[in-house]
Amino acid sequence: MTAPEPMRVGRSLASPLLWVGLLFAALLLRMDELRPVLHWAFPGVSPVVYQRSNFLALFLSHLGLVAGASVAATAVGVALAVFVTRPAGNDFRTTVNAIAAVGQTFPPAAVLAITVPIVGFGAQPTMVALFLYGLLPIIENAVAGLEGVPPAVREAAVGLGLSAWQQLRDIELRLAAPMILSGIRISVTIAIGTATIGSTVGALTLGTPIFNGLVANKLPFVLEGAVLVALFAILTDMLFARVERWAQQRAKLPISETDR
Amino acid sequence: MIEIDNVTKRYGERLVVNHLSLTVPAGGFCVLLGSSGSGKSTTLRMINRLTAIDSGAIRVCGEDVRDVPAEVLRRRMGYAIQSIGLFPHWTVEENIATVPRLLKWPRPRKRDRVTELLELFRLEPERYRSKYPHQLSGGEQQRVGVARALAADPELLLMDEPFGAVDPITRDALQRELEQIYRATAKTIVFVTHDIEEALRLATQIAILHEGQIAQLGSPLEILERPANDFVSEFVSRQGLGLKLLSVRRIADRMRADATAEGEPLLVDTPLREALSVMITRRVERLPVCDIGGRKLGVITLADLVR
Repeated sequence: MTAPEPMRVGRSLASPLLWVGLLFAALLLRMDELRPVLHWAFPGVSPVVYQRSNFLALFLSHLGLVAGASVAATAVGVALAVFVTRPAGNDFRTTVNAIAAVGQTFPPAAVLAITVPIVGFGAQPTMVALFLYGLLPIIENAVAGLEGVPPAVREAAVGLGLSAWQQLRDIELRLAAPMILSGIRISVTIAIGTATIGSTVGALTLGTPIFNGLVANKLPFVLEGAVLVALFAILTDMLFARVERWAQQRAKLPISETDR
Repeated sequence: MIEIDNVTKRYGERLVVNHLSLTVPAGGFCVLLGSSGSGKSTTLRMINRLTAIDSGAIRVCGEDVRDVPAEVLRRRMGYAIQSIGLFPHWTVEENIATVPRLLKWPRPRKRDRVTELLELFRLEPERYRSKYPHQLSGGEQQRVGVARALAADPELLLMDEPFGAVDPITRDALQRELEQIYRATAKTIVFVTHDIEEALRLATQIAILHEGQIAQLGSPLEILERPANDFVSEFVSRQGLGLKLLSVRRIADRMRADATAEGEPLLVDTPLREALSVMITRRVERLPVCDIGGRKLGVITLADLVR
């Protein structure tokens, strides 16, 4: 009846993900092209485009910080969630939650103030702050996901003779995957915004032009950095939404023999 | 086959199973019957070690269940529960093949076994094999749940109120299927229920549990005819007793071999209750009886039913 191919092309052209991605890439690589517009909008400011390092390098450094901190937060957060949902770790549940909550309420600037004297200036204190900050949503979501496994499913898994490890790997983590992913999504999105503060202690991020602009009173720099950070966060969120949808479908879909 | 030897379980102060002993012979269909809190599920769950035994011992084929690693033990026993607990992210085929997969059966053997079981439960294999649990009706889900319990062909099947949550018509069909499977495979079955009719229909041996102890152990007929104490007679209820007796006795018990009658014959192992029902609907007092091959064996009369 309907030809599937043109439909698919049409849908991907209509996808906001594609357009946001293109806009982000264009600004990242070709910000200079906007020089006439910026000159017109901000007369008397020179240079009107941030020059000290290129935006691509700032983005890659920013991405590296967020990715490093998020991978660590995911590994530690999911491991802690698995631990506190086992019978042996149940007693630690409130403790782990409390510690993670404190990590979240601590202002990131304060974390930097504490960690800089310990690990020095640069990327490391930022990484530590992002890691601590990102832990709570991951733990909370992973615990909720693991506890959301229906009791009957759990009972059947034990009764049929799955080992503790098989129950965790084949049943609990599979069913909790969409929840865990949405925790990671929240955590990563927060980290992208928070990482900009790292520029105050010498980490290279898309926040660097923002703080430079504020110090030197150059509004265009602030604007350039802020727009890029915002697009980066939106783009990441959209990508995660895709992955989450895929995981949700997969939670009901067959697992291929090779996965087992 | 299963020896439950002086077993006790307490939860805090409460004695849930109280020095209970019970032997289920190989090939027996033992129904643990009782109201909620009688200890029937706890007793069942101690057999596959889902619940720890406080004192006493349970032996299966002479082997203490605590001498076998819990997972190995459970893979040797089928287990089906009221809430079914199908794995929602696996297809019907993957659900049924759970234990064969744990036992690392080769793929063609798993597939053949799934086909065989789906056919046994009258679920067309090619239509059902790749469906997901949420696409099935309650009765279909329970069939898949029981099929999953039977998948690795265990000698022993443990069932905890498996038909408690389905509608009466589906329950009747499932009971009939289980009866057929039991007769065809001669498995040893331990079945928990609070439904006396279900117990009378399925069991070869009924253990009525009350406050963690066996109030009476016997065949369905013994339980109905000679209740051991007031509790049992109240539990099985005098109401409709005559019909209950008719439902556990079969035509073979009352048939006359030296006569003939007109009409469509009944099978010799039909319950007397069904024979009565047929007499009423056909407005006759005599029915011919045949064996499974259609050979005429004799008659059953209304007078024989009340004898």
